[in-house]
Amino acid sequence: MIKFTNVFKAFPKGGLALKDVSFHIAKGEFVFLTGHSGAGKSTVLKLVYADEPVTSGEVRVSGFNVAELRPRDVPMLRRRLGIVFQDFRLLEDRTAEENVAFALEVTGARRSSIPARVMRVLTQVGLAAKAQAYPRELSGGEQQRVAIARALVNEPSVLLADEPTGNLDERATRGVFQLLRDINASGTAVVMATHDLDLVRQAPYRVIELQEGALVYDSAVDEPRDQAATP
Amino acid sequence: MNLTIREALLAFRRAPLLSALSVTTIAFSLFVVGLFGLVAVNLQDALRGVAERVEIVAYLLPGTPIESITLAEKDIEAFPEVHSAVYVSEDSALARARAELVEFRDVLQELERNPLPASIEVKLKPRFRDAEHVNDVADRLRGFGFVDDVRFGRDWVEKLDRLRQVAAAVGLVVGAAFAVVAIIIIGTTIRMAVLQRSREIAIMRLVGATNGFIRRPFLLQGAIKGMLGGLVAVGLSYGAYTLINRWLIQAAFFSNVQALAIVGFGTLIGFFGSAASVGRHLRRV
Ligand SMILES: Nc1ncnc2c1ncn2[C@@H]1O[C@H](COP(=O)(O)OP(=O)(O)OP(=O)(O)O)[C@@H](O)[C@H]1O
Ligand SMILES: [Mg+2]
Repeated sequence: MIKFTNVFKAFPKGGLALKDVSFHIAKGEFVFLTGHSGAGKSTVLKLVYADEPVTSGEVRVSGFNVAELRPRDVPMLRRRLGIVFQDFRLLEDRTAEENVAFALEVTGARRSSIPARVMRVLTQVGLAAKAQAYPRELSGGEQQRVAIARALVNEPSVLLADEPTGNLDERATRGVFQLLRDINASGTAVVMATHDLDLVRQAPYRVIELQEGALVYDSAVDEPRDQAATP
Repeated sequence: MNLTIREALLAFRRAPLLSALSVTTIAFSLFVVGLFGLVAVNLQDALRGVAERVEIVAYLLPGTPIESITLAEKDIEAFPEVHSAVYVSEDSALARARAELVEFRDVLQELERNPLPASIEVKLKPRFRDAEHVNDVADRLRGFGFVDDVRFGRDWVEKLDRLRQVAAAVGLVVGAAFAVVAIIIIGTTIRMAVLQRSREIAIMRLVGATNGFIRRPFLLQGAIKGMLGGLVAVGLSYGAYTLINRWLIQAAFFSNVQALAIVGFGTLIGFFGSAASVGRHLRRV
């Protein structure tokens, strides 16, 4: 599904953001990506959705050889992924429904099929009642749900979430996390970068930890620890 | 395509101020080009008017038989450069002199013998009214045995030539400069519209929009803005033309084709300006 093999990533200015990172995430897995700020969590995700070029090594994502992807194939890769961010990244001048529909329209989905598919994912994230609301009329947790609905509407095999609860209070965090677990339970792999060790501890999921760009712990490979080492 | 139109129109609704500003900027840039165009059109008209008067007169030897003259007239009219060749007999030359030279009417009235020679007046087709062709035709006229003398305003035709060359060169250089400035200003305006929506573009890319999908609404929008700007520019030019006509001089306006060309120019700049801006933006991020 997602396979990193000896991946290095250097930014033009700034040193190595990833050093010799290898891991394999299987279909339907739920994986936490943890580590200090600057450890390289977002960078890993950016390589997955081809937002940044791979410096060396191999990155494979559901059949795509990302390191050698032609620019015009990048959209095809992204349509197979759902991506969620800390800052939601919704279009401010479109309603919840339009934001979600947009992700479908972009792919050239049949017009007539769009409303039903949009309603289905909005219902799935518990926001059917607010379909007509604009992002500014929604709470942070609700906006994140819209973003998740948008990520799901193309029925991706992997959901990438970069600190999806970073901007949310505890209650909203729990709600969004539960939603991600439900999504995972229905078969979608979830890769979630997070600082929130309470979340990590409370769920029995695999943990991959980065430190200054290096993979220092992978619960699928290494000895289990009582708790994640990150303070 | 449906979606492209919707997105393009949505962009107008979402950023009405910026859109209006773009259209205004395009309109005024093209208006300047249009004003220059008006000057050019009128100058050309004036030159053409002056060129109308380019005429070659072949004076005939007295006593030339009318048959030869009629034949020659036919020959001359068959020259590719010649628009018309008109025979003016001695009598009609005198009659014309009497009508035109009112001050000398008495003198002309009292003449015993008509001193004016018969002539053939040759007018050239518009595109041959320059020194080279005039000289050429004059030489050929001299070749006729019964032609005594050939007159045309040599200096004058040469000056006209030079005037035309200067006008063309100035028109080309200044026109091109104006057009380039208009393109730069319009390009900057369009660039602003693209930058204003860079967040949106980023999100579109994130959800898997192809570059073509992102680009299309911008191209349509750019073309529409350019077209509207062009229409406004023609309107403004017409306003300016009306004022000039009322207060300054009798002037000519664009032909429909020329007006259409301004609108078309605007549309093209809008289209290609957007293509360049979006293309650059998409390549960079
Ligand atoms: N565009 C960039 N140009 C240069 N350096 C970058 C760029 N993006 C990230 N980096 C560097 O790469 C390293 C890893 O950054 P990354 O964003 O992956 O960290 P992170 O683990 O997501 O941190 P956080 O928890 O704060 O989000 C950092 O040292 C960062 O400064
Ligand atoms: Mg990060």
